[in-house]
Amino acid sequence: MSDTPSEHVPLRLRLAAKGIDGVTLLVLPLVVALILLFVYPFLYGLWLSFRPKDGSLLGNYAKFFSDPFLYETVGKTLWLAIPVTVINLVVAIPVALRVRLMRRQRVLTTILVLPITLGTVLVAEGMLNYFGPQGWFNRVLLTALGPQGWFNGPLMDVFGPHGWFDQTLMMGPLMTAPLISGPLKLVHNYTGVLLSLVITGFPFTFLLVLSYLTGIDPALEKAAATLGAGPGSRFRHIIMPLLLPGLAVTFCLGFVQAYSVFPSAVLLGAPSGPTRVISIAAYEAAFEQYDYSLASAIAMIMGVTLLLVVIAVLGARTLVYRGPAGGGKG
Amino acid sequence: MASTLSTFKSLRLNRVGRDFGRLNALKELDFSIERGEFVALLGPSGCGKSTALNCIAGLLSTTRGSIWLDETRIDTMGPEERGFGMVFQNYALFPHMSVRDNIGFGLKMRGVPKADAAKRIDQAIATVRLEAQAEKLPGQLSGGQQQRVAIARAIVIEPPVVLMDEPLSNLDAKLRLEMRQEIRRIHAGLGSITLYVTHDQDEAMSLADRIVVLRDGEVRQIGTPEDLYLRPARLDVADFMGFRNRIPGRVVARSGDHIILDVAGTEFAGTLRSSLTGDSAIAVVRPDDMSVGETGLAATVEACEYRGRHFFGSAKAPGGIELFFRAPAAYRPGTPVKLAADPSRVLVYEGATP
Amino acid sequence: MRDVISPVRTLTDRIWVTFVWVVTGFFIVNLFAMIGTVIVSSLGTRWLGTWLPAGWTGNWYLSAWDEFQLGDLLTVTFEVVFAVVALSGLIGIPAAYALARRDFPGKRVVMLLLLLPLIIPPITYGIPLATVLYVTGLGGTLNGVILANLVPALPFVVLVMIPFIEQIDPRVEDAARVFGANTFRLFWHVLLPLLLPGALAALLLVLVRTIAMFELTFLTAGPGDQTLVVALYYAVFAAGVRAVQSIDAMAVVYMLTTLVWLIVALRFVNPTQMVTRGKQQQTDNG
Ligand SMILES: Nc1ncnc2c1ncn2[C@@H]1O[C@H](COP(=O)(O)OP(=O)(O)OP(=O)(O)O)[C@@H](O)[C@H]1O
Ligand SMILES: [Mg+2]
Repeated sequence: MSDTPSEHVPLRLRLAAKGIDGVTLLVLPLVVALILLFVYPFLYGLWLSFRPKDGSLLGNYAKFFSDPFLYETVGKTLWLAIPVTVINLVVAIPVALRVRLMRRQRVLTTILVLPITLGTVLVAEGMLNYFGPQGWFNRVLLTALGPQGWFNGPLMDVFGPHGWFDQTLMMGPLMTAPLISGPLKLVHNYTGVLLSLVITGFPFTFLLVLSYLTGIDPALEKAAATLGAGPGSRFRHIIMPLLLPGLAVTFCLGFVQAYSVFPSAVLLGAPSGPTRVISIAAYEAAFEQYDYSLASAIAMIMGVTLLLVVIAVLGARTLVYRGPAGGGKG
Repeated sequence: MASTLSTFKSLRLNRVGRDFGRLNALKELDFSIERGEFVALLGPSGCGKSTALNCIAGLLSTTRGSIWLDETRIDTMGPEERGFGMVFQNYALFPHMSVRDNIGFGLKMRGVPKADAAKRIDQAIATVRLEAQAEKLPGQLSGGQQQRVAIARAIVIEPPVVLMDEPLSNLDAKLRLEMRQEIRRIHAGLGSITLYVTHDQDEAMSLADRIVVLRDGEVRQIGTPEDLYLRPARLDVADFMGFRNRIPGRVVARSGDHIILDVAGTEFAGTLRSSLTGDSAIAVVRPDDMSVGETGLAATVEACEYRGRHFFGSAKAPGGIELFFRAPAAYRPGTPVKLAADPSRVLVYEGATP
Repeated sequence: MRDVISPVRTLTDRIWVTFVWVVTGFFIVNLFAMIGTVIVSSLGTRWLGTWLPAGWTGNWYLSAWDEFQLGDLLTVTFEVVFAVVALSGLIGIPAAYALARRDFPGKRVVMLLLLLPLIIPPITYGIPLATVLYVTGLGGTLNGVILANLVPALPFVVLVMIPFIEQIDPRVEDAARVFGANTFRLFWHVLLPLLLPGALAALLLVLVRTIAMFELTFLTAGPGDQTLVVALYYAVFAAGVRAVQSIDAMAVVYMLTTLVWLIVALRFVNPTQMVTRGKQQQTDNG
């Protein structure tokens, strides 16, 4: 047996032992594509942002932080993104907690996936009609609560001058005018953008929270119940700690979407006023002033702001709860 | 390929080794199997049985050594070039194919004409008694039925070497006995090599012509079932072969193989099975060979279980030695007994400090 | 689970349930009313200051078809979308297979590289990407649009496919090899049929997402290679130039192209997967 030829292990086998073989090479096209289309442009943008038109290194950044027309966009964007993200999350949690117990979740999730699928542009077009001064939403409100509305008379009878409140209880009139006197201004302002971010953002947040919730092993809750935990303490001691990492991720993803709002800020907001968000500034720099260098700098600032918020949220999460990172699926 | 291999004489492992990172899963496997032989690879869980089988099948590359089918080196070939049949430990049935298509897969890959293939598939299905399940998908079968599909899939191609990784582990006792006979019969019919992995010594002994005992990735003994049953070469092999009583003692007399130990003041005679340097040794005995008598090791019964024809007792001897024995009646815990064994059934190995 | 969480009993429970239903009901009613507005408007003759249009007509679709060159837009949209689906499938699925099956040095870096384009918003990386595309001459061309849309599509396909591939027992592939299948036949007889459901789901999701992908197409498309959603944006942006009904007709056409594929996709995936791109969830048939 000692005369067996060539016992040395071929290179192919040694590489295979490290996990590198023909199959591993299948990732190469992906990696090349991502490097060319994502990493390289990003690095190029970073480099470009330090090569402003005026030739100085930090010219773009200096310009951004000294020009109120530019630096105010950060505040305006945050002023939209943070409330929206919080509202969506706060509403989505109780709804998801309840929906998770339903048998026919799928009908609901299918309906809610619609606005995500249709996208912000279509939602904007729909909202312009629907929430506009002549739209159905304002019509319903006026019909119900306007000066000639169905409920205005009864409300006035109770709360208005000489109404029940005023005369019987002697507490004075609570309403002196109809609740709504004309159509509400719901588009072409801050509210319009906020609403559109809720319409696309709430389903997104809800579906994420729901998927984290269903990822929690129901046996854990059963075990807690057999140990005498009521619904309240089950939520506090079992669901919440397990859900928290997922909520942190959901908050981050929701925030990222809201922070990068673009078409609805233009179509539904006041793009030169209160809803001049940072994306608009970046877009204008690139495609209206053709200053790609400044545009890249704004994109980088956008990325850094996002990163800071994400780090802050995830960091706060570890301060609150130091358990395993996944309550369910990652 | 199959035609050149079908006339082979032997499968030879030449110092085959396999590492997983720093773990030496297989060390120097070195033995050969002749055509027509049924060899069982026996060992406790995690000893490297599946690793050895996968190296032979070509599913794992070897780190060292070579594998030969006569003069053809096969460890450099892909698994599909070797033409072996294999029953996987967890079946590995194709989940999207019916039982028929699963069994026919190997024939299809070999380009066997449809009519011929259909006949052979029918035959294989009949052999494993799955006629009623032929059109089902694997997901619709019980564990035992899946296992039989896996067996049929491996034998229908009439391979030169059949590798089986614990093929009967999921069957009930009765079906297991039936399938053992079936596997033996199939093996005889194919006239090929069967390498059968199991951790059940009973199964290995009833099936195999030869048994390879593996432990910690190393071959500990190769021999016929009788060899292993009666003459385990080492203490750890004996341990695995059902010698449950381990009785440490001091050597007081020895002539040739015959040896007398002192166990807590009592003389205990046995047969020496290894070299002996010091005067401490370990005697091992099967519980079945340990019986209650007038003389022998004094012990106190701790428990007694019903085993059908007889009872199975456990007792404690002075010095904390645990003894298992065959009891003619149900002893109450606390009963004092004397336990003895035929010296030819008592195997003595060199041991550490008594 | 149901046996633990008691059915509606206490007052707080009732309030909670009512709250949940009021919120979801309000949301859904408004959502449907909003979509309904678009559809009604596209079918109405004149709609000013009334609940419903004065009359009904299908002519806006004909005029929108001419005004916005919907035929061309649809062609471009599907050229882009199918190219993106094909490329992300061809590149992404094999890569997902390698990532699911092999452990190799640098795998963590690749995984991070996959996550980033899904976390960073398209407008952020779209601007430098558009810059690079314009510098290389690909900006404003159909190919540029396709390349830009690959950036989120590729990681999406890979991340949906990895858990799907992981749940296919690798021993099944081993078995195919042992029984004589070479690489091609292994792929054709075993891998392809096993991967098909997952691949179909992943690619349909990419298709739906690419039709609706506004930002990247908007930043990289020239006048000749706008997709439907970008053209819709310009039309809404320049509202007043064209009749609202005409724009709404275009919006309905866009909605239909998306929804058709969404309905197909939902046969294979759980709606939750549109956002989570995580493990395959068991579809509850209850
Ligand atoms: N892919 C792998 N990577 C690292 N270690 C492995 C791998 N496969 C097996 N091992 C290790 O190699 C040793 C032998 O494993 P193997 O599967 O051959 O055991 P076995 O004898 O078949 O056990 P069982 O009877 O439980 O099936 C074990 O310690 C196992 O943990
Ligand atoms: Mg094994």
